[in-house]
Amino acid sequence: MNWLKQTIAVMSVNLRTIPSRLGSSAVAIIGIAGVVVVFVSVLSIAAGFAAAMTGSGSHDRALMLRTGADTELTSAIEGPLVRIIKEAPGIRKEGDVASASAELYVIVDLPKKATPDSPANVPMRGIEPLGLKVRDEISLIEGRPLRFGTNEVIVGKGAQNQFAGLNVGDTVVSGQNRWVVVGVFAANGGLAETEIWCDVQTLQSVYRRVNSFNSVLMNLQTPDSFEQLRDWIESNPQTKNVTVRRESEYYARQGETMARLINTLGFGVATLMAIGAVFGAILTMYTAVASRSREIATLRALGFNTLSVVVSVLIESLVLGAIGGTIGAIGAYLAFDGFQTSTMNFQSFSQVAFAFRVTPQLFATGLAYALAIGLLGGLLPAIRAARLPISRALREL
Amino acid sequence: MKFLHLVWMSLSRRRIRTTFTLLCIFIAFLLFGIVMAVRTAFTLGVDIAGLDRLVLINKVTLILPLPISYAQRIQQTPGVETVTHQTWFNGAYQQPTNVLTTLVVEPAPFLSIYPEFKLSAAEVEAWLADRQGAVVGKDLAERYGWKIGDRIPLSSSIWEPKEPWEFNVAGIYDGEKSVDKTQFLFRYDYFDENRNETLKGNVGWYIVKIADKSKALELSRTFDEMFANSGAETKTTTEKGFVESFAKQVGDIGSITVAIASTVLFMFGLVAASTMVQSVRERTSELAVLKTLGFSDTRILLLVLSESLFMTLLGGGLGLAAAWLVVQRGDPTGGLLPIFMLPRSNMAVGVGLMVLMGLVAGALPAMEAMRLRITDALRKA
Repeated sequence: MNWLKQTIAVMSVNLRTIPSRLGSSAVAIIGIAGVVVVFVSVLSIAAGFAAAMTGSGSHDRALMLRTGADTELTSAIEGPLVRIIKEAPGIRKEGDVASASAELYVIVDLPKKATPDSPANVPMRGIEPLGLKVRDEISLIEGRPLRFGTNEVIVGKGAQNQFAGLNVGDTVVSGQNRWVVVGVFAANGGLAETEIWCDVQTLQSVYRRVNSFNSVLMNLQTPDSFEQLRDWIESNPQTKNVTVRRESEYYARQGETMARLINTLGFGVATLMAIGAVFGAILTMYTAVASRSREIATLRALGFNTLSVVVSVLIESLVLGAIGGTIGAIGAYLAFDGFQTSTMNFQSFSQVAFAFRVTPQLFATGLAYALAIGLLGGLLPAIRAARLPISRALREL
Repeated sequence: MKFLHLVWMSLSRRRIRTTFTLLCIFIAFLLFGIVMAVRTAFTLGVDIAGLDRLVLINKVTLILPLPISYAQRIQQTPGVETVTHQTWFNGAYQQPTNVLTTLVVEPAPFLSIYPEFKLSAAEVEAWLADRQGAVVGKDLAERYGWKIGDRIPLSSSIWEPKEPWEFNVAGIYDGEKSVDKTQFLFRYDYFDENRNETLKGNVGWYIVKIADKSKALELSRTFDEMFANSGAETKTTTEKGFVESFAKQVGDIGSITVAIASTVLFMFGLVAASTMVQSVRERTSELAVLKTLGFSDTRILLLVLSESLFMTLLGGGLGLAAAWLVVQRGDPTGGLLPIFMLPRSNMAVGVGLMVLMGLVAGALPAMEAMRLRITDALRKA
């Protein structure tokens, strides 16, 4: 108990003298806060991107592409084959017909609001009438659903937000084609929110791809029906050129390249910064110890325990880390959480709108990082404080 | 120069402090260098893309083709030097997911429009002689251990019915650091003869070399009008504009990297500044002694400033050198950034920033030291 009392006593003296050493303490705090801001904000880009990707795919939907194609853009499935696929077992039925949508996926050039003078690749998806029902997370937030057999389109809210001229009532001009926007939809933050949807048959005729599709999306009877569906597709000679996968797996793969890029660079930069911040913290704590070496020596001469001196220095350093970490994490949250942006996904060759996400987990990681920096930064100076010969320290200054 | 020893002695007065300050500055400039290399990877294409090369794409989207018959009409337009076309092949090597940058080109016009792709005369000859010949970038060849004469199978999920497509490595191109050396280029005649009947006679996009780059806008308009109201309308931009719009699609990498670099430099600059302030405060009496010995105010000012400059230049210089070494090892992401280099101009900016950091960090304590009154300073001690 005595030990604890001593530690608290030394610590309270330390902490009360922080204001007199404000300059060097502030440097440590700012340094740690800076590291945490960069760390949290860069990783919030990755988190937001990942959320858009995983929010897109459902575990109980299956997506069929041509074998060898890893994106919809490079896949092709002809009409007669679609009819065969829709007969497969394991697909949920809506009355007599399969709950499935054969789709055509193209990209169109539209100006991005942020860079109005240069076009961006916006994905446009032709869907079948059941396409809206197959995706149960879709909800119309403005306007009305599109009428099939016309040139009407509905746009995702991310697309509306990022690209110019996609409000209800606007006409989208693409080459010689005209599309009329009649509604805006939300899709749980998923990738679909960056897309423009229209009638697949209209799109086929415009792109001269009669009765040709890129993909078929379908509801499974139950999530477990997937194996049954896959076995059927793989064993049926007519569907040998088709690969089926869960929609969730497809989208998780789609984001891999971009996520890897952001994570490699983000972690690399954050790690180097953290090393620098540890040096900064060591510097601060050395200064703190040096300026108080006489006090520390006096305490030890009075019989204070060495360990309590070490612990008190470490705690001071941890407090600085915690303050810096909190400031940094809150700063990153205020500045970047929900920040809307869009980037080009290398795999689908088209734009993905997403929001930065400072998740609670990221917040906690940032704070843990800050504490670790504080701890590491305090360690060497603490040991030095404890090992300083009393006689020399008292003579110093 | 004779005061260098004095500067050194003041810095070694507290070795631990000097060491950690140097380490902080080292890390700051190491980061600066790496972040700048990343920025370059995303924007360099824009800097080297030509203003005298125009790109014609399908007006609806890049993924729709253009008829090959356009080539002749473009060639006949006054002001055009060379016309060629390219097509995206989406070739995958070994695994369907391992997609390389594969382009279908016409060898002779391609090499004349892009002199920055360096091939030996023998390699050019071999490529022109072999329909299945392909030319690959040096980095790509190294990655997979390809040599001239190797037979490479690629599969394409877009182009049927051939599977796999087979190529002979006719040449391995090299070039300046800024040239993407991860491309796989092969011949259009081989491509067109083996693809699906219904798609024959189309190309991905056209590249037009023009004689006078000031005519770029005018010619762009001429081409777009020439093909207006046809089955495939075109949109013409300079190659620079084309690459730029591509870079913009990825996002504003430029400002993100600048934001990170400034945060880093500000943070560690602050560390250096605070160290200098402390170090001067501790030496108040010593500085007073120097003044008593006849050191002028200016000389004291310069002494403190050179101390701080010495630190930022030493730490920063080593940091930048380390960054350069890291960058030499190549792309850290395993193939996502084909061009990874630290341009000299950025190194120069780095050195400028070191000087700036040294001056700013030293300014306050140097002024303080200069204004020191001998009597006050000696009494304080």
